[in-house]
Parts: sequence; structure tokens; C-alpha cells
Amino acid sequence: MTELMQAEYVPLYFGALAAFCVTVYVLADGLDLGVGIIFLVAPRDQDRDLMMASIEPVWDGNETWLVMGGTLLIAAFPAGYYILLPAFYLPIMFMLFALIFRGVAFGFRLQATQFRLVWDIAFSAGSILATFCQGLILGGLISGVPVENGMFSGGPFSFLSILGILCGVGLVGGYALLGAGWLIWKTDGATQVFAREIAHAALILTGAMMALVSVWSALTVPEVAARWFAWPNLLFLAPVPLVTLAVILSAWRGIWGRAEARTFILGIALFALGLIGLVVSLWPYVVPRHVTVWDGTSDPQSLAFIAVGLVIILPIVLAYQTHAYWVFRGKTVHLDGGYGGGGSGGH
Amino acid sequence: MDAVDLARLQFAFTIGFHILWPTFTIGIAWFITILSAMWWRTGRTIYRDLMRFWLKIFALGFGMGVITGIVLSYEIGTNWAGYSRSVANVLGPMFMYETLTAFFLEAGFIGIMLFGEGRVSKGAHFFACLMVSVGAMFSATWIIAANSWMQTPAGAVADADGIFHVVDWWQAIFTASFPYRLAHMVCASFLTGSFVVAGVSAFHMWRGQHLAASRKAFSMAMWLALVLAPTQAFIGDLHGRNTLVHQPTKLAAMEGLWDTTKGPAMTVIAWPDQDEQRNLYAVEIPHLASLYLTHSWDGEVQGLKAVPPADQPNVPVVFFAFRIMVGIAMILLATAITGFVLRLRGRLFETRWFQLLAMAVTPLGFIAVLAGWTTTEAGRQPWVIYGHLRTADAVAPVTAGAVTTSLIIFFVVYNVLMLAFIWFAGRVALKGPADTSPPALEHPGIDRTNAGLFDSDTSAPAIGGAQQAGATS
Ligand code: HDD
Ligand code: HEM
Ligand code: HEM
Repeated sequence: MTELMQAEYVPLYFGALAAFCVTVYVLADGLDLGVGIIFLVAPRDQDRDLMMASIEPVWDGNETWLVMGGTLLIAAFPAGYYILLPAFYLPIMFMLFALIFRGVAFGFRLQATQFRLVWDIAFSAGSILATFCQGLILGGLISGVPVENGMFSGGPFSFLSILGILCGVGLVGGYALLGAGWLIWKTDGATQVFAREIAHAALILTGAMMALVSVWSALTVPEVAARWFAWPNLLFLAPVPLVTLAVILSAWRGIWGRAEARTFILGIALFALGLIGLVVSLWPYVVPRHVTVWDGTSDPQSLAFIAVGLVIILPIVLAYQTHAYWVFRGKTVHLDGGYGGGGSGGH
Repeated sequence: MDAVDLARLQFAFTIGFHILWPTFTIGIAWFITILSAMWWRTGRTIYRDLMRFWLKIFALGFGMGVITGIVLSYEIGTNWAGYSRSVANVLGPMFMYETLTAFFLEAGFIGIMLFGEGRVSKGAHFFACLMVSVGAMFSATWIIAANSWMQTPAGAVADADGIFHVVDWWQAIFTASFPYRLAHMVCASFLTGSFVVAGVSAFHMWRGQHLAASRKAFSMAMWLALVLAPTQAFIGDLHGRNTLVHQPTKLAAMEGLWDTTKGPAMTVIAWPDQDEQRNLYAVEIPHLASLYLTHSWDGEVQGLKAVPPADQPNVPVVFFAFRIMVGIAMILLATAITGFVLRLRGRLFETRWFQLLAMAVTPLGFIAVLAGWTTTEAGRQPWVIYGHLRTADAVAPVTAGAVTTSLIIFFVVYNVLMLAFIWFAGRVALKGPADTSPPALEHPGIDRTNAGLFDSDTSAPAIGGAQQAGATS
């Protein structure tokens, strides 16, 4: 097993796995962060109750993929972990603060009587800030981080870039789209109508920001431009933006349609395309332009040890996470029990 | 303060805050699992009412555990990059396995545990509770394995760059102090949990409300405490003797023992003066420490002066933290025994001063846990990886300003959260379990909190929109 892990293609598998975890995280937590992003815009309190109820049983499982990403990084690509985390100190910390507020709002909002609005704001602002911070990190990653002697060598604000801000806004739009798509699927009546309306705005924002981010990174990060515009890459890569455009148009036309899951699924497709674009731009680096997946991996004996668990346990995890969604399938109704029992008004 | 001290302060504060919630949830999850099983097997509504009641409090605590835990898993990278760089090969996989086997398991079933009752069968609900409890246990196992490796490292060698490489996974996970630390921590959670249940039940008995359910819970909790309190002291003793072998300096700090001595006395209380390297105002019992540490009258125990002062931990911190923990153990033990005596006399449920006592000791378990961890962690200093990596070499290249900013925000945010939790969970706890038995069986005159429920419909706004689910269904 340990010898096996010394093979040259092994880091590729772990890289693919890391990408998989990031994808699952973005899609899963994206939908509940997205519900949070559009939370305050919803017209009625009943809508908010229903929106919250639709994600309550699953948000913890979704957010655990964030922990999975972090721990997989330290286990498989330690250099990525100990260089990138200090590099993004402030956005990570603020993402954590935001997630704290949003996480406790699930429990406290239902218990609150007078200051419900406070927890509504905590939930929504927390979701927006956490998403924006993730965008800052993404943009900073594409722009690159300063490294010397194998350690991060920049200052507390070297993560900041225009690209990061563009990514932050784009991600807010993208998650909002996922959240709205989820609500179209999981709710009905007035809440669903609201979700359809907001999906339009989110789609416009997402599409515009995707275009802007692509152009901006091609213009300002020469390595990225070289990757995309070199021949014959251009030929292979040209379909990516074209398919993206097609997906956006299809989503636009489907928002008011009868197929209620359509917007959500197309939102997922949009994210998948964005991630493909990201991989193309950054490949094969863990820390862009400094540490590749080959120099960044941990010891073969550590990789062998985690490979066993990943191969056996990860499928089981996916199975019972799917099961958890399945138990709460169908249109959301108000939930009893848990954080405070039903009766949260508006039956 | 430099960046090292700030990072230490921040880590101690955030992990100390985190540990409170697992301590609570590890024990309570099992309590709920038992209640779910009883409800499934006996069909008696008293078990369902109790289960729903504790689920509500559990849900709030669990949420706090999750979010404060996520903070830690990233803090290790943001603040302790030197540490991560050095130990990633060893501890990275353990952290990952914790996520894979524990957090996912908990997260996958917590939704069904909290909201699934009625949607899934009783058996399936019990299974979900069981999975969450088992998940919490797995989590404790992996994280304690990681911490124990830092205390008593084995199964890995460091190269010239100070990076550890595992040579034997079995040894790296099952280190010398691991079994003791795990048993002690899990027992601590159960013990703390039983006194929380006892305290909340005592409150309702004292007010004369929800009598049937509260007596049931109180009785269960006091039986458990009677078994766990002595067990915890016993495991603690084993743990201490393990420390004597593997971390003699820490043990000397716990005992306040400066010189290597044959047949040392037990220092009940003193002021350890680190500058003068001796105790002031010591109250001692001759030979006692020798008896419990070496099980002989004249055993030899190594003192603090065996290492240079620079390699000693902060002795007063370790010394007093240890005494707080053991003192609390004694109080809890005495409480459990008193309850047993009252039970034998048939007065467990009527003795009002004992109900007050049970309420008063409710928070002590948490304080003991914090004191215990302070003993363990502060006693390990100045090392992060005992004997290998110094704390000062473990920090990340981040500026003191950035760490100060986040530290201040953590401090404010966590205190706000704590207040909010006490407010909301306290309100649920004080309201008590819903009584689904016909109102005539209760004491309507005394039962103040539920009084309004029976003459209005489902959406009775009584206290907060958050109504007991059971009360009206
Ligand atoms: C309800 C909580 C509680 C109670 C009543 C006790 N402990 Fe404890 N103790 C803990 C909760 C705890 C803990 C938080 O779980 C620690 C911190 C790390 C660990 O392994 O357990 C701990 C650590 C700890 C250590 C440090 C070991 C090391 O890291 O080197 C020793 C020697 C003891 N305990 C011994 C005792 C003794 C002799 C007790 C009773 C007479 C006792 N503890 C009661
Ligand atoms: C959960 C209960 C715990 C508490 C209350 C606790 C408390 C503390 C305290 C007080 C310190 C500062 C010690 C000092 O500087 O004097 C510290 C440091 C530290 N602890 Fe713990 N600890 C706990 C568990 C753990 C666990 C499980 C791990 C490992 C995974 C861990 C890893 C560390 C590290 C890396 C440091 C920083 C380096 C150091 O100062 O030793 N701790 N902790
Ligand atoms: C460095 C130390 C630690 C880290 C990095 C850490 C990390 C985490 C994380 C990320 C979570 C959230 C998981 C989720 O998303 O569901 C969590 C929750 C949890 N942690 Fe910790 N943890 C640490 C210390 C401990 C210790 C010492 C214990 C117990 C002995 C513990 C027991 C738990 C439990 C049982 C949960 C589940 C939530 C709950 O029951 O409240 N953790 N931890």
C-alpha cells in the first residue's frame, strides 16, 4: 500500500478527490447559504419560516463538507494547508465569525420572541458575509500568494485584490441562485413565487460576474491567460464558455416553468462549469505558481492510511447523506421538535 | 504580548469554549438515545415527553458545538502553521478520520434525530439517536488520540527539518496516555451530563411541576452519578500515574513537588513560588502522595528541579487547576452518595435541601473539565509536541495585529453567544417537559407554565412561538 502511494499518478487522485469535496461543499452549503442570502428580501415572516425549515435538517451535513475540505487538505496536501490558511487569515476568520452567527440563528431564531429580527439579520448577514469571504479567498487564490522558504511571506492584507471582490460578488449571486432554485423546488404558493422572482436577479448577477471574472483574470493574471489562449488549448476550452452561456439561457427560460427542479439543477451545472474553468486556470498547483500537487503531498504512508478510509467510508457517507435528504423529500412543511418545536406561526 | 502569546491565548479561549459543548452533548446524546429506546419499547408517553424536552436543549448545545468546532479546525492552520507543517503527516489523517467517521455520522443523522420523530418509525428514530451518540464518541476518540500523541508522542520520527513521518500507525494512535485520557474525558462528559439532568429535574421538583417526568429523570441521573463519580476518581488516579511515568515534570507541577523525594507528602494547598523554586504556606500530609502515586510508603518521585526552570511549565496554573478539578470531583462524589442515602431512606424526591444542592452543583462538571484540560495543556508547556516541538516554534507567520483583531472579536462574539444560549436554553429548561398526560393527573394549581396550554388551540402563543411540540399534538 505504502509503495503504491509513491506512484506518480497518486497525487492526481487526491487532487481529484479534493476537487470533489470542494464541489460537494459548494453545491450543498451553497444552497443553504443561498437561502440565507435572500432571506431578508422575502416579503412575509411565513416565507422566512418555511425557507428556514427547508434547510434545517440538512445544513449541518452540508457544512461538514467545509471541515472535510480543511482536514483533507492537511492530511493530503499539508503545504496547501499551512501556506494558504495564514495567507487568507482575515477572510477565513471573518468567514468563521459569519458562519457562527448564521449557525446559531437556526436554533435561536425559533426560540426568540421579541428579537426575532435580530436573528433574521444574523442569519442573512452571516450568510452573505461568509459567501463574500469565500469569494475573496477564491480571487486571492487565482491571483496568487507570496511564498518564501516554503512559508507564506505576505502581510495580513495581501489577500486583497479586485479579482477577489469580483469573485465575492459573483459567489453571492451564484449561491443566491442555488438557494432560489432549491426553494422553487421545495416550496409552493407565495414562497415559491418569491423564489422564482429572485432567481431572475440572481441569474443576471451570476452570469455578469462570471463573465467579468473570466475577463479580468485573463487580463491581470498572465499565467491564466497563457493557459486559456495557447494553441491548441483554445480549441479544447472554447466549449466551456459556450456551454455556460447555453446553461444560463436555458435557466432563464425555465424559471417560471412547470419543471420545478430545473432552476436548481441548472444552477448546479453552472457551478460545475465554473469549477472546471477554475481547475483549468490553476492546474496543477495547490498553492498557485509555487507548490504543485506533486511537491505538496504528505508522506506515502499517510496517504495510504487515509486512502483506506476514503475508499471505504466516503461512499457510505454519501449514501446516508442522500438518505437524510430523502427522509425530508417533497415540499417542506413546518417542522416539529428539534430547535423549539413547531408552532412558529403561520401554519 | 507577542504573536506567540496571543495565538496561545486565542487557542486556549476558543478550544476551552468549544469543549463545553461536546462535554454536554456526548452525555446528553446517550441519555436521549436511552429515552428513545424506552419510548419505542414501552410506549409510555413519559419517555417521549422527556425525550422531546431534552432534544430541544440538546439541539441548541449541538449547534454551538458544531460552529465552535469548525473554528478550531481552521485555526490550527491560520494560527499554528509551524505546528501544522511539522505534524501534518501524523495528525492530518487523524483529523480527517474524525470528520469522516464522526462528524459526517452525526450530521447525517442529526436532522432525523431532531425533526424526524413522526416522519420515521420509532425504531428508525432510535437508530438515528444512536448514530449521533456513536458519532460523538468517535469524535472524542480521534481528537483525544491526536491530543495524546502531542502529549506522549510515539510511532513517528522527526527528520532534520523537524517534520514528523509516521513509521507505525498503531503506535501513533494508541499512545501511552490515550486510553486514560479518553476514558477520563468520556466519563467526565457522562458525569457532567448526569448532574445537568439532575439539576434541571430538581428545579421542577422543587417547583412542584412536571412531577412524574422529573422524578423519573432525577432518579436515572442519580443512579448514574453514583456509579460515575467514583469511577471518574479511579480513572483519574490511573491517569495521574500514567503521567508520572511519561511526563514527570507535569506531574511534579500538579503535586507542587520541587525536589526529587523518597516518600513525598501530599501537598493539600500551598502557594508554589516559581522564582524561589519552592512552596510557601504549604499544608502537607506526609507520605500520602507516595501512597497514591507509587503505591508504596517510600517510593521515589521526580521533582520540578530535575529540569532547568526554562523547561518547567507555569507551576501555579497547573497546581491550582488540578486542585479545582479534584475538589469538584469530591463535591460531586459526596452529592451522589448523599442522594443514595436519601434514596435508601425513601426520601430522594421529597428532600428540598437536596434539590437545592443538586441545582447548585449543575455547572461544576463543566468547570472541572476546563480545569482538567488546563492541567493537561498548561502542564505540557513549554512544548506543543512533548519533548520535540516548542510552542514558540509552532506559530504561523501572521502579524500580532491580525491575531489581536480576531482574538477580540472571538471574545466578544463568544460571550454574546454564551449569554444567548443561557437565555434560550434556560428558558426551555425552566419551562420543563410537556405533559401529554391528561391535565387532571397533574396539579393544575401549581403547574404554572403549562396552564395556558389546555384552553387554547395549537398556535397558543404562550411563551414564544416555540411551543412544546408534544403539548397539543
Ligand atoms: C467532570 C470532570 C472531571 C472530574 C470530576 C475529574 N476530572 Fe480529571 N480531567 C478531566 C475531567 C475531570 C478532563 C477534562 O477530562 C481531563 C483533561 C484532559 C483529560 O484527559 O481529562 C482531566 C485531566 C486529568 C489529569 C491530567 C492528566 C494529564 O494530562 O497528564 C489527571 C491526573 C486527572 N485528571 C486526575 C483526576 C483525579 C485524580 C480526579 C478525581 C479525584 C479527577 N481527575 C476528576
Ligand atoms: C478541549 C479541551 C482543551 C482545552 C480546554 C485546552 C486548553 C488549552 C490551553 C489552556 C492551552 C494553552 C496552554 C498554555 O499555553 O499554557 C492550550 C494549548 C494548545 N492546545 Fe489545548 N486544550 C484542549 C484540548 C486540546 C486538543 C484536543 C488539542 C489537539 C488537537 C489541543 C492542542 C493544543 C495546541 C496546538 C495548543 C497550542 C500550543 C500550546 O500552547 O500548547 N488542545 N490548550
Ligand atoms: C483541536 C481540537 C478540536 C478540533 C479541531 C475540533 C473540531 C471540531 C469540529 C470541526 C466540529 C464540528 C463538526 C461538524 O461539522 O459537525 C466539532 C464538533 C464536535 N467536537 Fe470538536 N474539536 C476539537 C476538540 C474536541 C474535543 C477535545 C472533543 C471531545 C473530547 C470534541 C468533541 C466534539 C464533538 C462530540 C462534536 C460534535 C458537536 C457536538 O456534539 O457539540 N472536540 N469539533
